[in-house]
Amino acid sequence: MVFTPHTSAEVEAMLKTIGADSIEALFEAIPRQEREADFSALPTARSEMDVAAECRRLAGQNRGVHHYRSFLGAGAYEHFTPAAVDHILRRGEFFTAYTPYQAEASQGTLQAIYEYQSMICALAALEVANASLYDGASAAAEAVILAVRQTERKRVAVARGLHPASRRVIETYTRYLGVELVELPFAEGVTDVDTLSQKGLQSNLAAVVVAQPNAFGCIEPVETIARASHQGGALCIAVVNPLSLGILKPPGEWGADIAVGDGQPLGIPLSFGGPYVGFMSLRKSLARRMPGRLVGRTLDRNGKSGFVLTLQTREQHIRRERATSNICTNQALCALAVTLYLSLVGKEGLRKVALLNLDRSHYLFERATAIEGISAAWKRPFFNEFVLRLPASAEGVVRRMRKRGFLAGWPLTRWSKKWDKNWLLVCATETKSKRDCDEYVNALGQAGK
Amino acid sequence: MELIFETSVEGRQGVTLPEPIASDAEPSKWLPNEALRTGPALLPELNEPEVVRHFTRLSQQNFSIDTHFYPLGSCTMKYNPRLCEDATRLDGFASLHPLEDADDVQGTLALMATLEDWLGAICGMGAFTLNPAAGAQGEFCGMSIIQAYHVHREGKPRPIVLVPESAHGTNPASAVLSGMTVKTIRTLADGTTDPDDLDRNLDSQVAGMMLTNPNTVGVFETRIVEIAEKVHSVGGLMYYDGANLNAIAGLARPGDMGFDVVHVNLHKTFSTPHGGGGPGSGPVGVQSHLEPFLPIPRLVRGEKGQLSLTESRPLSIGRLSAFQGNVGVAIRAYAYILLHGLEGLRRNSQLAVLNANYLRARLRDHFEIPFPQYCMHEFVISLNDIAKKTGVKAGDCAKRLLDYGFHAPTVYFPMIVPECMLIEPTETESRATLDAFAEALIGIKSEAQSDPDKVKGAPWTTPVGRLDEYRAATQLDISYLG
Repeated sequence: MVFTPHTSAEVEAMLKTIGADSIEALFEAIPRQEREADFSALPTARSEMDVAAECRRLAGQNRGVHHYRSFLGAGAYEHFTPAAVDHILRRGEFFTAYTPYQAEASQGTLQAIYEYQSMICALAALEVANASLYDGASAAAEAVILAVRQTERKRVAVARGLHPASRRVIETYTRYLGVELVELPFAEGVTDVDTLSQKGLQSNLAAVVVAQPNAFGCIEPVETIARASHQGGALCIAVVNPLSLGILKPPGEWGADIAVGDGQPLGIPLSFGGPYVGFMSLRKSLARRMPGRLVGRTLDRNGKSGFVLTLQTREQHIRRERATSNICTNQALCALAVTLYLSLVGKEGLRKVALLNLDRSHYLFERATAIEGISAAWKRPFFNEFVLRLPASAEGVVRRMRKRGFLAGWPLTRWSKKWDKNWLLVCATETKSKRDCDEYVNALGQAGK
Repeated sequence: MELIFETSVEGRQGVTLPEPIASDAEPSKWLPNEALRTGPALLPELNEPEVVRHFTRLSQQNFSIDTHFYPLGSCTMKYNPRLCEDATRLDGFASLHPLEDADDVQGTLALMATLEDWLGAICGMGAFTLNPAAGAQGEFCGMSIIQAYHVHREGKPRPIVLVPESAHGTNPASAVLSGMTVKTIRTLADGTTDPDDLDRNLDSQVAGMMLTNPNTVGVFETRIVEIAEKVHSVGGLMYYDGANLNAIAGLARPGDMGFDVVHVNLHKTFSTPHGGGGPGSGPVGVQSHLEPFLPIPRLVRGEKGQLSLTESRPLSIGRLSAFQGNVGVAIRAYAYILLHGLEGLRRNSQLAVLNANYLRARLRDHFEIPFPQYCMHEFVISLNDIAKKTGVKAGDCAKRLLDYGFHAPTVYFPMIVPECMLIEPTETESRATLDAFAEALIGIKSEAQSDPDKVKGAPWTTPVGRLDEYRAATQLDISYLG
């Protein structure tokens, strides 16, 4: 094999040093009947050339967002990534290292994580960010568990505008912890704060979870929601699109105690849903309940600045059954991609990319809703996604648009049959040109007939 | 090294972007003022060459498999084949949106289905899911499946899970997340689980037992079939932590040992890169009767062989991620298995065990080896004797190894052996590397006697010296913004 160096002479010499007759003798502890397994379903080895061809063949059976012109978002987004991001990710010193347990031999990874944490804090306007979690949905679930432990309450209110998959992940994570999920009132695309202010929140809530922008693209009345949460003694958990924070008010400024989300829009390929990266940021008073790893700056024996994993007594490898979370391996390389992306686009660039998303999506929205029979499902401010009311079933429109080379969007009935069958969630990011939008609208006008 | 924020210069740009369509594009044109940020986020401002240089220099401050021997016990730090990196970046894989129609994603679904089948064959399990994002999420998934099984049969979950005292800390943490209380089972002097202590803790409250095999001290649990029978006799299920599968892949199967649920770490046995701490992938396999409890979405095959993802699984434990897990990692593992085939996987396990036993043999005259039998793919040494005589701790010796150009082994784990190192060389290292590592460790032992301060103050050659962890935890500085 090309990845193992052993010659037969070396194997013989090594066995002699060990004092064993054969490699098989080293496996004597495994009872013989357990070594007579049927492995016939496994393949035989193929050459590198063959494996490369086989992977190309499989990849060639897919039709991704570069095959179509894609206006599909709904939780994962096609964005531009500068080429330098992947070139740095491919440095073996980064991607073949592991968790920086030996800090002095891992300063590259540790400093990059510290810079990542700082950038997440800058986006969210909160004081503490961890080194990453699996994805936005599991980060939301971890935030809920944190709030339940912090408040010692077991009821959590969730906005309907939270992505349905995130809600389901929260359900999975809290099923055996006795947590009860309730829903906030909803009207016209966002949380109904009028009803909320008349009736108030349910009592004894550990947390209120609200997405900004929400799963329908709408801007939520987050300040009112945060205020109501705090009045009832609940923590406010914000689920945010990090790219939108180039222009939207950061969660730390509108009153969120914990901000989580998925870093995928910041330089991570779609890759059929993962690997992505979950981020979590929170107020300093909650730092010791943070799940996952945390990097801190300190001094070395000569007074020189350096970085280490810190507050490790929260973590499973030390605290075991009393840990804040079971997470160990997280998504460090994806967090590095986010750090690279944010370093390259920088302070002005992030605002510009976010503005381009507003620009494209609003151009598309205005053109589409000018067509007779097509209108907005709700009249709400939005970021880069919006819901259209079509004159025909959204499923049919998506099918016809696909034949014309468009991924037209996401029919809302795929999330729940309670939604109108003619409603379509449409996304336009900076990757769509004026011409893409114009041609989409023309095709939509015909497909909707 | 300077922080990227400290090298920032007002007005520098690192990307070029297209112009807006609207000539008067401003956030306030479309959004209410109260929803807007009042000033830009404090990100750095640099151009592309500066960013590339900053991160290239940072990378050079890391030890990694590509640059150093990295015998970190329980982590399986072996060489990451480059073809696997190229495969996952093929545009047909990388630019696939997770919500596209099944027709458009048949290539990826076929790869996932094949990988599920192969993992099933390697582990002796009837069904697999690729959804869990890493080993710990796999454990949570597996324990949730065990709870769902008990709820289905008995109307309520069972409260107790048994975990050996040598277990990795993630096991109890995952069990707690599934609403269970942990009972610890003693380990015998030979490193295996104590069957009598197991007997004392077994009753119908026991949901199951979590076990790693070979276990965390690198020893195969020879009584595993007997242990599984005992747990099954009270209605409990056996959970296999696949952290150490690299010792037995292609040679023996957890399914044949009596395990009902397993997770495997693709970033260990199947050599997907560790990435400085992820992303990993932690597929979970189950015996066929537990298949209905697997998480959604499930990959299913239609009558004409058409693959699709379904959510309509009434007994499922639910969703673990927004989509279908770390597919980009699964692609690398698929390429890895196809490059090796059964013979290659088996050979890897054999050579991993050979390398571990060779290194153990090179060290046995110099260090206390707490467990007498042949090890599997990793082994424990104790430096307790040295610590008592010289005051030099295992952690000091680990730091000193960095000066010799080796990443340190895992230290202070497993917790049942004082002043220990857990050493896992993996199969991709040569005899010459193992010899050099052994000489270094033996040399450090004599340094501990002749010049203890040299070891206690190590490392001396790394970009920074010994770092003050106490200061880090008490004077918390976790963001540049303060």
